[in-house]
Amino acid sequence: MVARDSGMLDRGRILGDLALQLGDEELFLGHRDSEWLGLAPEIEEDVAFASMAQDEVRHAAFWYELAETAGMGQADALAFDRPATDRRHAALCARPNGDWAHTVLRHYLYDAWDAVRLMALAEAGEETVAQGARRMLREEHYHHLHMEKWVVDLGRAGGEAGQRLLKAFQALLPDLPHLAAFAVDPQALVDLGILARPLPDLRREFVARISPTLAKAGLPVHPVEAALAAQPEDRARSVAPLADAEELLSTMNGVRSLGAAAW
Amino acid sequence: MSTRPLSEEAVWQALARVPDPELPVVSVIDLGMVKSVAVDERGARVELIPTFLGCPALGWIAEKVRAALAEEGLHAEVDFALDVVWEPSRITPEGIAKLRQMGVAVPARRDRAPVACPYCGAHDTEIESLFGPTPCRAVYYCRACRQPFEAMKP
Repeated sequence: MVARDSGMLDRGRILGDLALQLGDEELFLGHRDSEWLGLAPEIEEDVAFASMAQDEVRHAAFWYELAETAGMGQADALAFDRPATDRRHAALCARPNGDWAHTVLRHYLYDAWDAVRLMALAEAGEETVAQGARRMLREEHYHHLHMEKWVVDLGRAGGEAGQRLLKAFQALLPDLPHLAAFAVDPQALVDLGILARPLPDLRREFVARISPTLAKAGLPVHPVEAALAAQPEDRARSVAPLADAEELLSTMNGVRSLGAAAW
Repeated sequence: MSTRPLSEEAVWQALARVPDPELPVVSVIDLGMVKSVAVDERGARVELIPTFLGCPALGWIAEKVRAALAEEGLHAEVDFALDVVWEPSRITPEGIAKLRQMGVAVPARRDRAPVACPYCGAHDTEIESLFGPTPCRAVYYCRACRQPFEAMKP
């Protein structure tokens, strides 16, 4: 009986930690998306990034609400008031936007990993998580298609576009093992029936998913495989470097931190 | 306000008067957003399916549903159901016809095949951008009549 109770506690705690990770990642990337408003290279991209930012921030809200249900605290406080040291995001999600090539390649790689991860959550038995994941898969599908087209177009264009894409690829490569990982023990997620497949399987699916696109864009896939193999991340991953998240949080909370406003 | 018994049929009729704020020609029923309606002595319970989780109109729509039923003297609880994923295939034939009249096409289920232009009916169309003025809409172009138009996301 005692063992079973502690098992239940672990499950709630792990679900809460997973929800915080997914919330932090969607909120941070959604914030970076919103930074293109008024600055994107064409009006369609202004609209696209506004729309994607809206999707990501609402997905973040779903995960923070789930974390609240798991007893982690009030959803808005979890979203805005946790310092960089308490965040669970993948380093890649908080990186500054950089140029357009960096922006679309980063988003593409995140969307590809997110699709693999969401499918494994949707196929597992944790009903609330699975329902949310199924909804998000439909919505994220459009982000994925959009970014995939941009990556291939930039790669095929060659010249300066191709050079910038390659530079972005080299800059993002070291962040991929941290992205394709979890802020909680991934095997515990599988054992508790929250995740349908173990992390090594998800990483293989990720590589299989991005390989044809990278090939079309003229980017090599073997450095991705080598980077992932060198850092298996088979335990809960470490906290992302603080500087990016601190800068992001200070901008995002600029108005909220004035404190006097009634929301 | 006195409450009187209201049939489920009357609740559906009231919901047919709740428009989408961005596409006011169609109701929440036309859009296939109503999952279920239940009525008992305490009032009505309406389950809606969000088109997109991030749609900023969801709160507004829930408020309008409550107001439409309050006009009928019925207290209503409105919930958003997550166990059903909304797709354009949920839009009713009436909804599709009304949307077409205002220049918004409705593509077939999860299909990237060319949709018919709502203005000239040609299928010589292409997606211009997957992202339109609201989360649920994309921007298309008709090469036959050279008109941009909108469609619900495929």
